[in-house]
Amino acid sequence: MIKDEVKNALKETIKEWETKSPKRIYLTIDKKHLLQTAKLFFSDLSMRLSTITGIDNEQNFELIYHFSCDKSGEIFNIRVFLEKNNPEIDSLTKLFRASDWVEREINEMLGVRFIGHPNLTHLLLDNDWPKDSYPLRKDYTNE
Amino acid sequence: MSKRKIVPIGPYHPLQEEPEFFKLIVEGERVVDLEVDIGYNHRGIEKLAEAKHWDQITFLVERICGICSTSHPFAYCLAVEDLLKIDIPERAHYIRMIIDELQRLHSHLLWLGLAGHFIGYNTIWMWAWKAREPILDMFELISGNRQNYAMMKIGGVRRDMKKEDYQVLRKTIKELYPTLQLFQKAIEDDPVIQTRTKGVGILKKEDALSIAVVGPTARASGVNIDVRRDDPYAFYDKLHWSVITCREGDIYAKVIVRILEMFESCSLIEQCLDKIPDGAIEAEVRDIPPGEGIGRVEAPRGECIHYIRSDGTNRPIRHKIRAPSFVNVASNLVTVPGYTISDAAITLAAVDPCYCCTERSAVFLKTGEKILTGDDLIKLSIQKTENLKKDYGL
Amino acid sequence: MGLKEKILTKSLWVFHASIGSCNNCDIEILDCITPRFDIERFGIQLIGSIRHADAILVTGSLNRKALKRFKKVYAQAPKPCFVIAVGTCPCSRHMFKDSYNTVAALDEVIPVDVYIPGCPPKPEAMITGIVKLIDKINRR
Repeated sequence: MIKDEVKNALKETIKEWETKSPKRIYLTIDKKHLLQTAKLFFSDLSMRLSTITGIDNEQNFELIYHFSCDKSGEIFNIRVFLEKNNPEIDSLTKLFRASDWVEREINEMLGVRFIGHPNLTHLLLDNDWPKDSYPLRKDYTNE
Repeated sequence: MSKRKIVPIGPYHPLQEEPEFFKLIVEGERVVDLEVDIGYNHRGIEKLAEAKHWDQITFLVERICGICSTSHPFAYCLAVEDLLKIDIPERAHYIRMIIDELQRLHSHLLWLGLAGHFIGYNTIWMWAWKAREPILDMFELISGNRQNYAMMKIGGVRRDMKKEDYQVLRKTIKELYPTLQLFQKAIEDDPVIQTRTKGVGILKKEDALSIAVVGPTARASGVNIDVRRDDPYAFYDKLHWSVITCREGDIYAKVIVRILEMFESCSLIEQCLDKIPDGAIEAEVRDIPPGEGIGRVEAPRGECIHYIRSDGTNRPIRHKIRAPSFVNVASNLVTVPGYTISDAAITLAAVDPCYCCTERSAVFLKTGEKILTGDDLIKLSIQKTENLKKDYGL
Repeated sequence: MGLKEKILTKSLWVFHASIGSCNNCDIEILDCITPRFDIERFGIQLIGSIRHADAILVTGSLNRKALKRFKKVYAQAPKPCFVIAVGTCPCSRHMFKDSYNTVAALDEVIPVDVYIPGCPPKPEAMITGIVKLIDKINRR
């Protein structure tokens, strides 16, 4: 079972493991383990990165990496938390191209920095969008 | 909070002043690089969703894209139902599948028409869109509208189908088969179309996996994925159908995959009409408790995935939407360079970017002198077809 | 309206500009020239260059990025040029009016001659809108 392979490979790096519904598994890890976890999912277990969700919680930023295991139909969601005052994390573009655009989008919408991303420029917002104005943050208001 | 749909402007009329949507950098006739600029359609739907009630969001997400307008509400409803862990009535599942497959038919026919137009076959365009009209009539019969059907609802569907409609729908699907066979034969027999599309715009399997493309774009490159089979929703796992794949990854493969998928869709609709039971069309849903849910469907362009998080109030605290075109358009960065400018129009269109974005392309020649617009690219493409026809004596 | 405008109504050349639309209206506009509706038999043609346009069909909820470019395009259109707002989005921005990326309704930016509400308006509704425009021009 893929679930067991994941658990065995990641062992103590998994801080929390939830099976919210039969095909939706959420695992929380530290951001320093992101690259090795993503590498396990993509290279070893042939999973596909569907997308990344960025959330502005009151106390932190949360990123959820949704990996689809097409063989079993399950989605493995990697949850990482980032500090509010310095939200940065490794970019997955080192491993594959699928995260290129979605990381740019999270960068412009939430202000999260992706270390090692080759081109962290605006994707959807206009180039003259005010700096440090992040629409998806909870404290954003339309002026 | 992005709305996931790229390409705002119709195939004819981009805002041509500075067409900077796609920038092709060329040397002579060959495209050497491609830059993409999107965001002309961004309406902030994810942020808007945080301010709307759960039941209002189905109407909001329907308008993300006009062509796959039922895939987004479907995926959203599945996400909420994933959170709630409820079962919905059988009849609702079948009605949802019928709408989903009708949508796939209309979308693929639309694409076929536009692709035909881009390589200079306006007859294909007119005939494909004419064949599409009875499908839009079916939508109007079942849901009341040709586009934006508003059929999906958390817990089921909003409108029931009448028994009299089954016969009409069966007849329409039956009459569609010969038209599809005609298109298939026309494309397989025409040497010019083969020359224009075979070996052009190839997306290799390794690139397809690295960029994580979905839908027919992936299946044409040998990546055997389809949400309806891998993570079945509604009753797709109870019906007989096949996932169509090709290995070459060129434009011809993408055309064939879509045409054969249309046959599968017709068969799926007929099977649904055979099996649909009587009964309720919705499960009662009261409050949405705190939690998270993910729903995904196989839209005509590929996997459409929605994530929602609830804190128990009547609005979501986060709604993430990823439409299939978001990943598929990125594949243009590999498929367009290396081929000629006259192939650019059809290659950009081959991923079916929810509408053709080629019209927003600009070509900058290496010397930086002339700028060609999307319209010019289409003209170049049509010119290539004319020349080929002369070569073949057609 | 003078003779210039009345002449245009004989064969209206229409330019389609989408400013951040979901493409539903755009598809229905294209549907008008396909065999079932076939408005080309009335001389109404969709053309590719703004400089040949007699009328502009505008769809979309006026996305910030696209609007900048549209203003330049509109400035290039030879006047008189009639503006037709197709769909509820340019009429009032529809459900996107609270978004951070939609700017204003179309008539706050340029003068509009005909409003065709609907999401999307059916091809019959669009044809009625064009007929009303032609009537409006001829009556003046």
